[in-house]
Amino acid sequence: MQNSIVRLVEASKAFATPEGGSVTALDRIDLDVRRNEFLTLLGPSGCGKTTLLQAISGFVELDGGSILIDSEDMTDRPPYRRPVNTVFQNYALFPHMTVGENVAYSLEVAGVAKPARREKVASALKMVGLEGMEGRKPRQLSGGQQQRVALARAIIARPKLLLLDEPLSALDKNLRQAMQIELKTLQNELGISFIFVTHDQQEALTMSDRVAVLSGGRIQQLDTPRAIYDHPVNTFVATFIGASNLFEGTLDGDRLMTSDGMAIRHQPCERKISTKATALIRPEQFFLAEDNAPFPTIEVDLDQIVFVGSTFELFGRTAEGRKVVAEVPANRRSLVGAIEQSRKARLAYDPSAVHLIGERGGA
Amino acid sequence: MSIASRRRFQLGLLLGPVSAFLAVFFLGPLAIMVVTSFLAPGLYGGVEWTFYPDNFGRILGFADPMFEEFDPIYIAIFLRSVEIAALTVLATLVVCYPAAFCIARLSERWKNFCLFLITLPFFTSLIVRLFVWVLILRQTGLVNEVLLSSGLIERPLDLIYTKGAIILGMTYVFIPFMFMPVYASVEKLDWTLVRASLDLGAGPVRTFWRIILPLTAPGIAGGAVIVFIPALGNFVVPAVLGGAKVMMFGNLIEQQFLAARNWPFGAALAMMVMSVMLVMMIAQVVLSGRRGRAAALAR
Repeated sequence: MQNSIVRLVEASKAFATPEGGSVTALDRIDLDVRRNEFLTLLGPSGCGKTTLLQAISGFVELDGGSILIDSEDMTDRPPYRRPVNTVFQNYALFPHMTVGENVAYSLEVAGVAKPARREKVASALKMVGLEGMEGRKPRQLSGGQQQRVALARAIIARPKLLLLDEPLSALDKNLRQAMQIELKTLQNELGISFIFVTHDQQEALTMSDRVAVLSGGRIQQLDTPRAIYDHPVNTFVATFIGASNLFEGTLDGDRLMTSDGMAIRHQPCERKISTKATALIRPEQFFLAEDNAPFPTIEVDLDQIVFVGSTFELFGRTAEGRKVVAEVPANRRSLVGAIEQSRKARLAYDPSAVHLIGERGGA
Repeated sequence: MSIASRRRFQLGLLLGPVSAFLAVFFLGPLAIMVVTSFLAPGLYGGVEWTFYPDNFGRILGFADPMFEEFDPIYIAIFLRSVEIAALTVLATLVVCYPAAFCIARLSERWKNFCLFLITLPFFTSLIVRLFVWVLILRQTGLVNEVLLSSGLIERPLDLIYTKGAIILGMTYVFIPFMFMPVYASVEKLDWTLVRASLDLGAGPVRTFWRIILPLTAPGIAGGAVIVFIPALGNFVVPAVLGGAKVMMFGNLIEQQFLAARNWPFGAALAMMVMSVMLVMMIAQVVLSGRRGRAAALAR
């Protein structure tokens, strides 16, 4: 299939622990990365995302399975013979070389002549907004600038694939958000696939064409950011991405009955295989109900009302003692003022916005 | 007192004892040596207080034939000493550099154990350790005995009292001096840079020359200087393992002071060694100073 640039087939890796046991970092992972795609590997630390990245770049040798890049078997190729470049977490710029020498390194290694090299370095630096910085040493640059040099160095040889290992984690928040957008733009311009590793779900949602959520060495879900957010396949994905209210119970027609007696309405759907399920309601799906609104509601006692700028976050508790979090737009100040007085709220929701998670992961 | 001047006062207080000690017991004798090297030798040892440049003339070739005779042997011995010291630097580096990489990758506990092992020789007398080499290398020594009894050779090899024996002994003595600075820079090496190089398409050999070697070069330079300088002036190793056959500059100086009792000439010879060392040290300071300034600029 020509549409895939990277293909992993049953890729497995286990690491020995100092205590003599072993930890599974990759558990028979199958993955297809499409051409010209921005794919994010998202997961908590220790989920195997960095191992997966290093297996593609060649720094981790697989115990089993294979890796194909552009239909070529790369499983046993050393890193320096793979058409892949990496942007490292701490940038890994060569401190004894200038910015220009750093960026030119892969061309120099490949034996590109000096004048051509100089030209390409200039255009790569221009691409990341660092024109004329060739002569500086990495130490003379700010963190954000070093990040850009690392980026220029990794893209100058036009690899078939660019790997980014939490490259933004050391930057401050504003710079990080600016870089997120720039990275996405750059990826479009270059027309090569990016595989981006992060533990920051916001980052994953912002930039990616598709997100792979990893946990325990397995891909839990691989889909577009919206699909992952709206239709998580299991409770791990639901809780890892965004805030969530989960209600476990048994299905009964268009209702889900929890063990403590709550009824959550949902849209009836055809695939009713299991009677046990979990209902997911995102905080922003709640709204403050007017008295005669034709929507089901959940009554809560409010513990806290937090103003976060564009929204209010309401932390409440149902009569059964279940914690519920809701997010309401801050432009509805009068309503919020009223519930601030009473410390009670009726949280309404649209049954069509309730997502059901089946017992065995199937949605 | 301002904070800055109090700081300076405290610093002076801390540096005072060592400065005083070095002034009295290093700079003083050094000054005496410099003066002595320009004085005439006394008939029965000691010096005569007249300006007498012929000590240097005897070594460098501008001696007044009335008093002293130029002999190229001194320059020859000096060059041989430089050669032996340089080869010692090379040999210690070849031994220590790979070892430093191995030890740097061990766990903390094994690391400390290995570092302890490397300093262990200091606990034994240098002379004793060198005489062990005599026992190993001499005509009836361990190596020859083994080779003879195994039938590989028919007559014992000349191992001791050769240049090779001196280099071997010097390497043995100076390994810890090379190891420490080399290890310090190897341990600091950031391995993600090595990964980055491999990732950018450079193979292991090129990665070594372009990344690993330049980044560990300060340690190699430091080790080279602190091995080369004492190796150049060393007289114990050549005395024990070189015998009368292979002489180094250090033996020559010792001979002039103790046997020939020509103090001014001995002092002049010592000045020659000192000037070479001084040039080397200045070069090192200038080079590392340039690096330091670049670092300061970056901050």
